[in-house]
Amino acid sequence: MEIVKMTALEMAKGIRQGDFTCMDAVQAVLDQIEQKDGDMNAYVTVMKEAALKRAVTVQKEIEAGGYADSPLAGVPISVKDNICTKGVKTSCASKILGDFAPVYNATVIERLEKAGAIMIGKLNMDEFAMGSTTETSYYGPTKNPWDLDRVPGGSSGGAAASVAAGEAMLALGSDTGGSIRQPASYCGVTGFKPTYGTVSRYGLIAYASSLDQIGPVGKDVADCAALMDIIRGRDERDGTSLSLTDGSLLAGLSADIKGMKIGLPAECFENEGLDPAVASAVRAMAEQLKALGAQIETIHLPFLDYVIPAYYIIAAAEASSNLSRFDGVKYGFRAKEYDGLGDLYEATRSEGFGFECKKRILLGTFVLSSGYYDAYYKKALQVKAVIKERFDELFASYDLILCPTAPTTAPKIGQSLQDPLKMYLSDIFTVSVNIAGLPGLSVPCGFDSEGLPIGGQLIGGRLAEDKVLKAGFAYQSVTDYHKQWAPCGRTGGKQ
Amino acid sequence: MEITKELVNYVARLSHIKLTPEEEQKMEKELGAVIAYMDVLNDLDTTGKEPLSHVFDIDNVMRADEVRPSYDREALLSNAPEHTDETVVVPKTVD
Repeated sequence: MEIVKMTALEMAKGIRQGDFTCMDAVQAVLDQIEQKDGDMNAYVTVMKEAALKRAVTVQKEIEAGGYADSPLAGVPISVKDNICTKGVKTSCASKILGDFAPVYNATVIERLEKAGAIMIGKLNMDEFAMGSTTETSYYGPTKNPWDLDRVPGGSSGGAAASVAAGEAMLALGSDTGGSIRQPASYCGVTGFKPTYGTVSRYGLIAYASSLDQIGPVGKDVADCAALMDIIRGRDERDGTSLSLTDGSLLAGLSADIKGMKIGLPAECFENEGLDPAVASAVRAMAEQLKALGAQIETIHLPFLDYVIPAYYIIAAAEASSNLSRFDGVKYGFRAKEYDGLGDLYEATRSEGFGFECKKRILLGTFVLSSGYYDAYYKKALQVKAVIKERFDELFASYDLILCPTAPTTAPKIGQSLQDPLKMYLSDIFTVSVNIAGLPGLSVPCGFDSEGLPIGGQLIGGRLAEDKVLKAGFAYQSVTDYHKQWAPCGRTGGKQ
Repeated sequence: MEITKELVNYVARLSHIKLTPEEEQKMEKELGAVIAYMDVLNDLDTTGKEPLSHVFDIDNVMRADEVRPSYDREALLSNAPEHTDETVVVPKTVD
């Protein structure tokens, strides 16, 4: 078997058994990047030398008996470019950050290093994670490995595309309104957004702090669980991070989901934007979970029409505040021409931010501004209360909710930005999970008539990562959608 | 809610962003569409609902007031577009 086609856990096992070395593993992934990333553009930065050098160190440590408890030691891992990496350019795919190289590592990076993972590069994304297609990147769009004329989704488009194309074994993305799950769905890979507070946000460049979570993108649920075990848990540098007392998520995986109660929301399947191929793939997924012993019942999410406006109000409001720190003084880009300090800020921000960022900053400033605050921002927080209450009610009697990850498969490049409102609607099934702070998983569950992947989303109650991952694992133990290999061509279609 | 050019420029000014005439036009159209769409929220009766900031209870996080090492000044300054050995440089603001 080709090394890059292995799962990350298989690769780590191969290294430990001496079938091949960390250097072989890193080289294989670098070769894949060399061959494919010219077309795909999943990476902003490839850390060729540093990764090869670190591979030698990690290999020696493994041979000396190190990392005995780490199931991912020696595996090359890629990281979304909004996660701070010491001495390595961290751009948020924005011009305004220029060649900014942080002086510290995000907590998740520290934990990866301690677990013997090898960072291989930084991944493309929508500028400041604002987008659903990876087309707003200053570094150009990433392409979908299932059809290079299509988008990979976003904002963690580089993460999903790189894993699907074998350019990364596992990746860290971030999810504010679906930014891990939706690209995972479009690219036929597995993506997990943890419960808010599970993973430290220290070193994650903030978009909307009350919604942002870092999470894994991988080839299957087991790889994602292994990565979660490494990155989750309390960090004193993130006051919202939680002390967790449960055991390993990886060790807890099993295909036994007998008696699990799963709700299928009627409103999702009645949604007018829903592609019939997506609907039938997700219904078939429900049938399969039923065959595994789960009980499937129809439930209701009466708030579905309100989630997109509430999400964009909350996210934009927080973004307008978070992005005020980019002013051309402390880091990154500074405009060449300006007259005085105020103008320096204005000129730098006007030249440094792309249009979508400016739009969300303006939108956020508007909804927070005097005279409009009550009608928009306060109203959105009231809707948030309604959403949370409904989810609380549902999870009192159900273990999980199953719905599509996105209403459609991947659109063509250029299509979405012509109709931004339609692009926003592609997040309709994912954003409420962030608003309520819940865990959500996207797993491949079929292909449409053009051979493009479809994702099914499993949502759990607060801190029910174990249930969510277990159901996904059970489903993957009886299906092989997640094992299909993206053709990386222009025709689309299943191999 | 109608979004006018004046409102777009007012919000842009608050955000320290200057729009080109093309951006201004596009912004008026796109912000207008998004904000019009947001009016759907009025269909949901939220009378008496408390606005919710944090979905989970949070506690105040305290720590001892101890001096700890901070990041190296030289390393921090190396990211600044303009700096001296000691500080970032900005245009003169006070005479």
